[in-house]
Amino acid sequence: MANGISMERVEAIIDSYGAQRSNLIAIMQDIQAEYKYLSPQVLEKIAEKLNIGVAKVYSVATFYENFSLEAKGKYIIKVCDGTACHVRKSQPIYNAIREHLKLEGKQKTSADGLFTLETVSCLGACGLAPVVTINDQVHSKMTPEAMVALLEQIEKEEADNA
Amino acid sequence: MAKGIMYINGQRVPFDGEPNVLAVIRKAGIEMPTFCYYSDLSVYGACRMCVVEDERGKIDTSCSMQPRDGLSIKTNSARLLKHRRMILELMLASHNCNCTICEKSGDCHLQELALQFGVRNVRFEDNREVLPFDDSSPAVVRDPSKCILCGDCVRVCEETIGMGVIDFAKRGYNMQVTPAFGRTLSQTNCISCGQCSAVCPTGAITVYNQIGAAWRAIHDTSKRVVVQIAPAVRVAVGEAFGLPSGKNMLDQMVTALKLMGVDEVYDTTFGADLTTIQEAEEFKARLAAGGPFPMFTSCCPAWIKYLENENPKYLKNVSSCKSPMEMFGALLKEKYQAKDAEDGRTTYHIAIMPCTAKKMEAARPEFATDGVPDVDLVLTTQEIIDMIKESGIQLPQMELESPDTPFGFGSGSGVIFGTTGGVAEAVARYCLPDKTKNTLRKLELSPLRGEESIREATLDVGGTEIRIAVVHGLINAQNLIKRIEAGEVNYHLIEVMTCPTGCVGGAGQPIGRRDKKLERAAGLYTTDKTAIFKRAEFNPVMDDALAGYSEEQLHHMLHVNYVKE
Repeated sequence: MANGISMERVEAIIDSYGAQRSNLIAIMQDIQAEYKYLSPQVLEKIAEKLNIGVAKVYSVATFYENFSLEAKGKYIIKVCDGTACHVRKSQPIYNAIREHLKLEGKQKTSADGLFTLETVSCLGACGLAPVVTINDQVHSKMTPEAMVALLEQIEKEEADNA
Repeated sequence: MAKGIMYINGQRVPFDGEPNVLAVIRKAGIEMPTFCYYSDLSVYGACRMCVVEDERGKIDTSCSMQPRDGLSIKTNSARLLKHRRMILELMLASHNCNCTICEKSGDCHLQELALQFGVRNVRFEDNREVLPFDDSSPAVVRDPSKCILCGDCVRVCEETIGMGVIDFAKRGYNMQVTPAFGRTLSQTNCISCGQCSAVCPTGAITVYNQIGAAWRAIHDTSKRVVVQIAPAVRVAVGEAFGLPSGKNMLDQMVTALKLMGVDEVYDTTFGADLTTIQEAEEFKARLAAGGPFPMFTSCCPAWIKYLENENPKYLKNVSSCKSPMEMFGALLKEKYQAKDAEDGRTTYHIAIMPCTAKKMEAARPEFATDGVPDVDLVLTTQEIIDMIKESGIQLPQMELESPDTPFGFGSGSGVIFGTTGGVAEAVARYCLPDKTKNTLRKLELSPLRGEESIREATLDVGGTEIRIAVVHGLINAQNLIKRIEAGEVNYHLIEVMTCPTGCVGGAGQPIGRRDKKLERAAGLYTTDKTAIFKRAEFNPVMDDALAGYSEEQLHHMLHVNYVKE
């Protein structure tokens, strides 16, 4: 067990595809669906089982934006920055989240491991712009203030549960 | 294979089995510019320099185009020239252009083509993230700021060597060539073969340069600098001075090195003779003991590193012999202890090798006595060329001088160590009881010689039939092991050389295409032909050199155990 990832489970996923090289992307998608990201140990295990260089696996994993090589928070916040959301001021929302979560530089996940902040190019809900999703739950017509209130509410729930 | 007539710039050009239009164009005497095309590697079609225009004005890369009858293309239309210049300008825009102080300056393909196409101005700024310089490897240095993303290194590492240590990462503007997770080469399974540097068209991957250390030793009066020169070096060094590949320049090199201030110059073929005798005796002992088989040769340090990193269970199959370079180094340092005590100087041993992995081998702890390496420094052929040029020495005009005695003498079978099949042939010459010319003739015509990637021969040694395989290009060795594991084939002796064509095609050699490497190999066989002694056991200085040492001392000097307990 490393970072909460079970290597037996990873091996089972690889084997479910017959450890075929041609299924590399599908294998990585399945593992990511389960653990939200791909750790270096996971990529090395895939390389070993598929008998390809780990550099090749890393190459594919970094080519697609969809694969994450960093551990993600419990709540994944996606701020839409498509044209409609952008003109309806999604950027201030994004900035407010960064400020609230104290994210610096290229940091995407809050220090407490609770939130990961991402942008997406369009969620297909332009009529509701600006749109933010938290773990695939859609929040429409957001403002920086509403966003911070939402984050505080989640934080409070988490603290109560803990 | 396809046959027919093509029209290149309006001229009729027949083709017969060429793999792509690019090869047909080159056959017609037009040198197409390329960065990412190597005939030995898969077609990648990324650099776009070899673009041609068809009758309809459609532009496509000739490296990935099939020749077909009646095809009509232009190679130098106004549009094509404009495109090529633009491609070069864009490449230069994202390239660290500190050319005058670059390791590759003068030998850089990007520099050459930029000059050829008259690119004199770069209008774009380089905004790329500065990626870390990687000098962690004992063999090669990576400078990502000079990478043009042609992928040659990626493909040679995967397709020819079978390692796949480096690959592309990320995409678009952020794309880079790197080991996985942005690691340094020393954190990977890299075997230091250096073939990536041999195919790199720019200074993005270069051989670790140790010329400075060599000059310091030469100019240090308290050091006695003793040099050994490997077989493959002598037939390649002349290329840098306008001489044909394969011309043996050993005797001119001796004079040049002495002029540069080296004290003594010896020949690694003496070490090769030591190896032949030790390895053949070990082989005979294994035949008597019934194994373990196959016995693998141990001369190639990259091959040893591969086994250690990826396939350690076969280390017990590897001959316990040190490589010729290390046998030579151990014996030399032992012999010179008395001399050092006498005149108060320290012997500093430099080996001139066609190989980058030898730099890694020389630094291994197994090959040091009391913390001092048996071979203090390894210079590649290219490095010694640079040093000769720096000294202003015109190599072709040098007088001939034989290497010094006693270790300057090697047999013909030691010379051919520098090419694929040479080690196996030397051992076979030793093992075969018939010591006449007939044996030599038979071996010359056997599959031990040739350029196929895997060759096999069967020899009759005193009533026992022994099967020998010769393999070059490490991926072929990996595949051969798989076939052995599957029970499809089995051999008694397998010679492995990591680089295609063997040491003559090593990454320390001047850059050249495959035909040059084969000419170098032919040069080694010619040297063998004219050698007085053709067998290691007939080397007249051998007995003298080994006299006075006990069996145990000799074993310690000439053998090594790579198996980790």
